[in-house]
Amino acid sequence: MKHLIILMITLVFAGPVMGEVKIKEVISPGGLTAWLVEDHSIPFTALELRFRGGTSLDAPGKRGSVYLMTALLEEGAGELDARAYARALEGLAASFGFDSNSDSVSVSARFLSENRAAAVGLLRDTLHNPRFDQSAIDRVRGQVISGLRSDAKDPDQIAAATFRRLAFGDHPYGTDGAGTIETISGLSRDDIIAAKHVVFSREHLYIGAVGDITAQELGALIDDLLGDLPATGATIPGPATVGLTGGVTVVDFDTPQSVALFGHAGIDQDDPDFFAAYVLNQVLGGGSFESRLMDEVREKRGLTYSVYSYLSPRDLAATYRGGVSSANGKIAETIAVISNEWAKVAQGGITQAEMNAAKTYLTGAYPLRFDGNARIAGIMVAMQMQDLPIDYIATRNARVKAVTLADVNRVASELLQPEGLRFVVVGQPEGLENVTD
Amino acid sequence: MIRALAMIFATFAAAIPGLAQKSPDNKELVTSFTLDNGLQVIVVEDHRAPVLQHMIWYRIGSADEPRGASGVAHFLEHLLFKATDTLEAGELSATVAANGGRDNAFTSYDYTAYFQRVAADRLDLMMRMEADRMVNIRLTEENITTERDVILEERNTRVENSARALFSEQKNAIQFFNHRYGVPIIGWRHEIEALDLDDALSFYRTYYAPNNAILVVSGDVTPEEVRVLAQKHYGVIPANPDLPERVRTKEPPQTAARRMQFKDPRVAQEYVSRSYLAPERNSGDQETAAALYLLAEILGGGTTSYLAEQMQFDTQVAVYTGAFYSGQSLDQTTFSVIVVPAEGVSLGQVEAAMDKGLADFIDRGVDPDQLERIKMQLRASQIYARDNVDGIANRYGRALSSGLTIRDVQDWPDILQAVTGEQIIAAAREVLRVETSVTGWLMQDAGIEAGVSQ
Repeated sequence: MKHLIILMITLVFAGPVMGEVKIKEVISPGGLTAWLVEDHSIPFTALELRFRGGTSLDAPGKRGSVYLMTALLEEGAGELDARAYARALEGLAASFGFDSNSDSVSVSARFLSENRAAAVGLLRDTLHNPRFDQSAIDRVRGQVISGLRSDAKDPDQIAAATFRRLAFGDHPYGTDGAGTIETISGLSRDDIIAAKHVVFSREHLYIGAVGDITAQELGALIDDLLGDLPATGATIPGPATVGLTGGVTVVDFDTPQSVALFGHAGIDQDDPDFFAAYVLNQVLGGGSFESRLMDEVREKRGLTYSVYSYLSPRDLAATYRGGVSSANGKIAETIAVISNEWAKVAQGGITQAEMNAAKTYLTGAYPLRFDGNARIAGIMVAMQMQDLPIDYIATRNARVKAVTLADVNRVASELLQPEGLRFVVVGQPEGLENVTD
Repeated sequence: MIRALAMIFATFAAAIPGLAQKSPDNKELVTSFTLDNGLQVIVVEDHRAPVLQHMIWYRIGSADEPRGASGVAHFLEHLLFKATDTLEAGELSATVAANGGRDNAFTSYDYTAYFQRVAADRLDLMMRMEADRMVNIRLTEENITTERDVILEERNTRVENSARALFSEQKNAIQFFNHRYGVPIIGWRHEIEALDLDDALSFYRTYYAPNNAILVVSGDVTPEEVRVLAQKHYGVIPANPDLPERVRTKEPPQTAARRMQFKDPRVAQEYVSRSYLAPERNSGDQETAAALYLLAEILGGGTTSYLAEQMQFDTQVAVYTGAFYSGQSLDQTTFSVIVVPAEGVSLGQVEAAMDKGLADFIDRGVDPDQLERIKMQLRASQIYARDNVDGIANRYGRALSSGLTIRDVQDWPDILQAVTGEQIIAAAREVLRVETSVTGWLMQDAGIEAGVSQ
């Protein structure tokens, strides 16, 4: 052995509720940090890698380059062209998922213990020597363009695109990370290579692993897999301003049911009031069946199949948003009911009983998230990206419980902006006009 | 009392044999027994986290509905969240949520299922509520009116707002001359609009009974705990002695190839979809279905599949190809192929290329390396499946409500491993016959562009 293997391991017992999730911090001989849950009951490992930045790192005029680059990672590496690569992966019965969003590029790998070295070797080639053959670029670009064409006639996608543009304007958050037909048609192989250099660095890397692997094995694995990446990465763009104003934007589209998205500015995950807002949202529109919105819009009036709201705290902007669909003849009433509920909660808050039920749900549901190796690996990476402590899982429910009714109702009056709520409606709604304040 | 308690494998396998040699299996996780009232019970154990999933599957689905009342199975599924003798409307879901759990339900052609995911120590409560609504629902006219509006909006969301869904619905109706699989699960709009309280209650009283149900519990539980609680809550419900036998109308021989074009202004990407009538998995007789399952993988299961190689890589006439076989079905099912043309390629050209690809495939036979890679992946999927015991549980629920037995589910992996290339080609010759098929073109209609009218 050339290298002296030094592993620093912090073992955290996450408390009685989460007795099964024991996270170790592993620092590899090469200095990479990973969070690990060791579980040898099933002979495979789930490995999650995330690189902060995502499609927001697209160079000017190159919108869609990170998205296309990520989609091309599975199209061949080293000596293997796209077809040979796919056959090799099948032969190992491993799976590699490559995905991008506005905040990160993720690599989700799953491989058996019996051929781990070969699977990791293939993944190493993928990250370091992707081929980006011109034939693959053209073929995958064709698939992306086909998807973009479909999005242009899909009411849900039209609503999302309109909402994004109104909320974030010229910031990368304001446009589709997949790019436009025009921008991606102009991308060259060099643009794809440039996108790869921008995305992959140790500086922006977060690692989680769960399954049949020891800390020592994981340390060696990540050094081999990731140790040669550049130390520093691209500069991540600054925060986006949420430009939503109160009113209704109608996008005319001939379809029987109007699709609506709504929202305004939200709250950051590291805000001291985040948990109060989280409890608030659970009551207003977060529950599957038990929320104010579900009760008023669906259960009492039968106006929709689904209505929901959620906090969306992303790296560069936070929004509070929701969605609903109603027949063109009913959407105006649906929007009136939602606006009314938004105003009622902003002014009158929620009740003690509603808060208690929401807290019981949120604290009871938390352990149900940890249901599978890949799921836990993903959660651990998200925790690291949010800079949460390694013992967070054990303390999280206490944070929920510590929220008081006074907190929630103060946050309701500050966070909810009934006058600032923007609705984007795609369809042919009856009795709705464009309203701009 | 318990009629039979069958521990299928007494001990946990200590190690999994090398994949290259033998298919591992998950039999050791599964226990089954049947209560005296006919309720069948399946337990799938996983003690890694203090969580469980509790499900009740009824052997009743949209294909069992009376003529003219399409959608009633799904409508009733919604109505089971309303009041019972002891629970108020919405109280079941509220109670599950107050216990930190999630609940929902789903309806298909052959089954209707209800489930909750909760902490492992809440099984008693879940069973009490689920057993209650098996026989005690109390519906009002207002429930009917409001919930009917909800499912009409659900139909809007799932079907009317999507050209692809409308296309599939029409195409499926053409595939089946005489079987209820041709009627959409959610129901035809005009028939949903006419559903009433009597439709719902008569369906409920006929089919919701322990002898028409399967209880499936997975997660951090022991078979003994499940047995005691199931006896306490479900065991006291009498069997329905008048449960009708499950008889479905059968398809006559199909001897005419059908073609259809569906045009909609909302179509951005045109494509060709062809479905063939195909045999389903039958109890004790799953070999042909296994060959068709592998045929779908080989023809259209991903980048390395035959159609992808031919049409996406070599001739590049398609941007996407896929083949699908839904073998888990009570009655005759379909095998389908979809091809999405590349830019500048017409639907006629891409369909011709698809037909040539299918014919060439049958002539050339199966690539043994490809078949071995797929079998290797299937063996590995048995290992990965143990990370998601709810998935194993769902597989049993679906199979047992679709005419299969526990034995059939457990034999399936070995049957797949034993399939030969010759059997796959034989199955392809038997099933890919144009006279039992529908070929659909999803087409753009001259029309609209979305635009903001600000």
